[in-house]
Amino acid sequence: MVPTLLGRIQTRLFLLATVGVIITLLVVPVLPGPSGPLGDRYAGGFLVLVAVGVLGIVWELIYHFLMQFRWEKDWPTLFGLLTLVPEGLVLYFLLRSSAVDFIDPVPPAAFWTHFTLVWVCMWLVANGPMRVPFIRWRFRGGRVL
Amino acid sequence: MVAAAGIPIYDTPFLTVGGGMGSFVTLDYLRIYGVPTSQMRVVSNIDHPWQTYEFLTRCSQIPRKERIRSDSSSRPDNLWGFPSYALEEAWKERKPSYLWQILTEPLLNDYWTPRAGTVFENLEREAKRIGYWDMLVKGQVRMIRRRSDGGYFTVITPPGGAAPTKRIVFRSRFVHVAVGYPGLKFLPDLQEFRTKHGDYQHVVNAYEPHEQVYEFLKTRSGTVVVRGGGIVASRVLQRLFDDREKLNLKTQIIHIFRTFVTGSHGPNAWSRRKGGNGWAYQGFNYPKSVWGGQLKAEMRKLEGAERAQKYKNMGGTNTPYRRRWQEQMRAGREGGYYHAVQGTVDRVERTPDGKLVSYVRSGDGIVREPVSDYIIDCTGLEADIAEHRVFADLLQHGGAGRNPVGRLDVERHFEVKGTASGDGALYASGSATLGGYFPGVDTFLGLQIAAQEIADDLAGRGFVRKMGPLRSTSQWFKWARNSPV
Ligand SMILES: Cc1cc2nc3c(=O)[nH]c(=O)nc-3n(C[C@H](O)[C@H](O)[C@H](O)COP(=O)(O)OP(=O)(O)OC[C@H]3O[C@@H](n4cnc5c(N)ncnc54)[C@H](O)[C@@H]3O)c2cc1C
Repeated sequence: MVPTLLGRIQTRLFLLATVGVIITLLVVPVLPGPSGPLGDRYAGGFLVLVAVGVLGIVWELIYHFLMQFRWEKDWPTLFGLLTLVPEGLVLYFLLRSSAVDFIDPVPPAAFWTHFTLVWVCMWLVANGPMRVPFIRWRFRGGRVL
Repeated sequence: MVAAAGIPIYDTPFLTVGGGMGSFVTLDYLRIYGVPTSQMRVVSNIDHPWQTYEFLTRCSQIPRKERIRSDSSSRPDNLWGFPSYALEEAWKERKPSYLWQILTEPLLNDYWTPRAGTVFENLEREAKRIGYWDMLVKGQVRMIRRRSDGGYFTVITPPGGAAPTKRIVFRSRFVHVAVGYPGLKFLPDLQEFRTKHGDYQHVVNAYEPHEQVYEFLKTRSGTVVVRGGGIVASRVLQRLFDDREKLNLKTQIIHIFRTFVTGSHGPNAWSRRKGGNGWAYQGFNYPKSVWGGQLKAEMRKLEGAERAQKYKNMGGTNTPYRRRWQEQMRAGREGGYYHAVQGTVDRVERTPDGKLVSYVRSGDGIVREPVSDYIIDCTGLEADIAEHRVFADLLQHGGAGRNPVGRLDVERHFEVKGTASGDGALYASGSATLGGYFPGVDTFLGLQIAAQEIADDLAGRGFVRKMGPLRSTSQWFKWARNSPV
């Protein structure tokens, strides 16, 4: 899929709400690190998803801007995977800093395992299986609606 | 009136004319949406949908084992494009390297593209699965006319002996036209040479069979002039270089570009295409986002002159940057057997000893006169749509018109503007519709995009139900298991 701005944002939010939620439900209980009550750990996990979504809108604006320098106005598959590095780092430091102080800082191992798994699964789904139920999605720049 | 003339009339709600790739993907969509074979017919002068495509690719040096231009998820046999060809070939050939290439394309690697053979084998499987041959009617379409009661008459000449009459007629509510290229056009100076000397052996078009050129070069060292800067020129060069390497030949190659690209080019930093050594480089025939991203969305909104301008900005002959081709050309330049020049050819003449002289005028006024044994025209100029009699008739009698770049004017959903008839509709897809709201028409993926628009429009008219996520998923499983739709 070659995204448009609206398509990027919609696809991100849609995949977070589906793939992201499923992966979070599955992996949070077995994440390395803390052993607090499961409810709290889920809250932490879902907060990560929400943050990937909210910050993601800003990231997508940046990606969209960068894409304008490309003649084909495309976004190679590899970019979709590698952007996990800057996004993960920013999110990680934000969560550890006092900027978000209503949850306990996430332990690094748990954060990176969860974040990477969610990211890779979303990326995999976006690069193929997504087209199975949604035949119009790839021709509309990734718009779901 | 038609019946009175003694011509048999057959009824079918949906008829597609052409029977090539465009007809095939449209029928594939409609079958998967849920239309039974009994409701659709395809009229064609070929036996299987990839026949013309295979002929053209074979001539232009892409036999079954070579790789085509379009990418891994342009799958005319699979409307979902999943699993992509790369996954399939990687699995079947046990080649994880394909997955690495697809992951890193086009950054660290060339675009991964499927073998022609992979495409044809899968098309055959899908054609069987959807009952393609149950819908095929052999014949040459003469014209499509609106009926006074709505819908259309399509007049067909069946092959000799196949029907009791010289003509048959189909009466249908919907017609779809996908007749491919209206015809090949030769460069004027080459056409002049061919007619003047009646020589069709030494001056050839890359889209015609021209094995004789390569065969001759195996027996004797010779010089070939290649003209054009597109993918077909790249292919022909590769063949010449490959033969040279494999068989130790001494072939000299002179390559004439009308437009010689020396580097990145474009109006500003936002739109600059890579280029060099004569070529403009681009993975596919249009920038990638034309098939679903930003450029598709932008073009969809443009009309008239603005649209024509945008086509101009992103158009132009181009070829993919492939590492193998780059190596071969570099070796050729260094070895002094590959010479690329800029110029327009004023005329071609024959020397007394039967060779060909091209009079090439370059931008700086210098006239060169290279002498060669053969000229291969790889410019692939397409003829005007009116050269095809079905289009000529539609333009004259059917209400059809031309778009801002001179081809057939279609709506966003590929209905031919001005041809509506009662509750019927006439659609067209493929190269004839270039210049419309969607630029990527003459490609597999473009034909599929058109097919989807057409299928959805037909759903709006009650011909079939629009396919939603549930049906789509269950149909995908049928595809995967190769069970009938
Ligand atoms: C050399 C070459 C390589 C290409 N490579 C690619 C690629 O890698 N990827 C890609 O996506 N696209 C590629 N294309 C572009 C395009 O996808 C194909 O050409 C494709 O076959 C176009 O499909 P079509 O249905 O428009 O035409 P065709 O497949 O040519 O089918 C049209 C058919 O209509 C028939 N016909 C015409 N008039 C009549 C009539 N009056 N009555 C009955 N039948 C009629 C013709 O005989 C023809 O068989 C390539 C094109 C060429 C020439």
